Amino acid sequence: MNAKEQVQQISGVNPYKCMKCGKCSATCPAYEEMDIKPHQFVSYVQSGNIEALAACKSMWKCLSCFACVERCPRDVQPGRILDAARQIVVRQRGGNYLTAEEIPPLVDEDLPQQLLVSAYRRYKR
Amino acid sequence: MIFSYYPGCTLRNKAKDLDAYARASAEALGFTLQELDNWQCCGGVYPLGTDEIASKLSSVRALAEAKDKGQDLVTLCSACHHVLKRVNDDMTNVEDIRTRANNYMKLAEPYAGETKVLHFLEVLRDVVGFDTLKEKVVNPLTGQKIAAYYGCLLLRPGKIMALDDPENPKLLEDFIRALGAEPVVYPYRNECCGGYISLKEPDMAKNMCNTINESAKGFGAECFITACPLCRYNLNKTEQGLPVYYFTELLAEALGVKEGAL
Ligand code: SF4
Ligand code: SF4
Repeated sequence: MNAKEQVQQISGVNPYKCMKCGKCSATCPAYEEMDIKPHQFVSYVQSGNIEALAACKSMWKCLSCFACVERCPRDVQPGRILDAARQIVVRQRGGNYLTAEEIPPLVDEDLPQQLLVSAYRRYKR
Repeated sequence: MIFSYYPGCTLRNKAKDLDAYARASAEALGFTLQELDNWQCCGGVYPLGTDEIASKLSSVRALAEAKDKGQDLVTLCSACHHVLKRVNDDMTNVEDIRTRANNYMKLAEPYAGETKVLHFLEVLRDVVGFDTLKEKVVNPLTGQKIAAYYGCLLLRPGKIMALDDPENPKLLEDFIRALGAEPVVYPYRNECCGGYISLKEPDMAKNMCNTINESAKGFGAECFITACPLCRYNLNKTEQGLPVYYFTELLAEALGVKEGAL
């Protein structure tokens, strides 16, 4: 299976349903921080340029807020594409964005456990 | 009436108050939250990958235990609610996930989504009823202007959470009214607080929470209520932020069971 097929399979997204309306990018709260924008995720899959997607900053900026999923008029679920690219990076390439050593100085007294487990799930294998 | 109850990791630690006020309020309203015998952390974020199985099993075990007991499964934390409902949807509707998850489990009968997952707020609205709740209030929060902060996970994706209209919810506003207070509706009530980004990029979360805070203040709110420990943590980092309470704290206060609940 090539990388394009892998992303399609892991994400379950059909990128050809997208009509490029841009609503996902308009509603994304992390838009400013992203190098590849939500409405562009599908184009990278369509053209098979998974390497660029796998090297993007955006996957570490996504908040899993599902605004793009809820508000897409075509039910494309662009956030899932980014997640699949992230899966390829953390599963196959050891590309963890968070290490256990980094954590202690980031923790303050009020920090809820939920924050650590969520960050672990998103940033690490 | 007895419900199976999934507290989740944070309600056993930093958010003990969210849990304690809910239990005390439940008793005052005539139902009991019976903690599952065995539960593990849900992981906080629903695993989106279609091939993710192992990361969903803690939810499946909780769902299966509630099924064994023949009880609906109630949860309080927005994230646990989100993960449990989505995994339950997978177990109901996605054959591949259902088969593979069951292969890991030693169940007498395969789990296929039989358990009904309810957020505590749904119990208040659909089982107790806001009219009944209103009658049971002994300390109405008269005059308080309260901003409901929904955030993301309670409402989205709307089709699966099926809690309320994801773009124009009224569940928490109706709850606030039942307690005798005045809900403040403001545009950012269902926008993201930054979630887990606050661990590595606190400034990004802070910016987002500042916007939410300004939005609520601009409409005259005096405080926020939320169901999510992470939303509360992030909102508490804003400058001159409004106070943030768990919805269960105000509930316990209005029902007169706050003292001694903790
Ligand atoms: S909102 Fe949906 S249809 Fe519109 S650009 Fe984004 S993915 Fe494509
Ligand atoms: S889920 Fe991620 S990509 Fe989608 S709107 Fe939220 S932050 Fe943006």
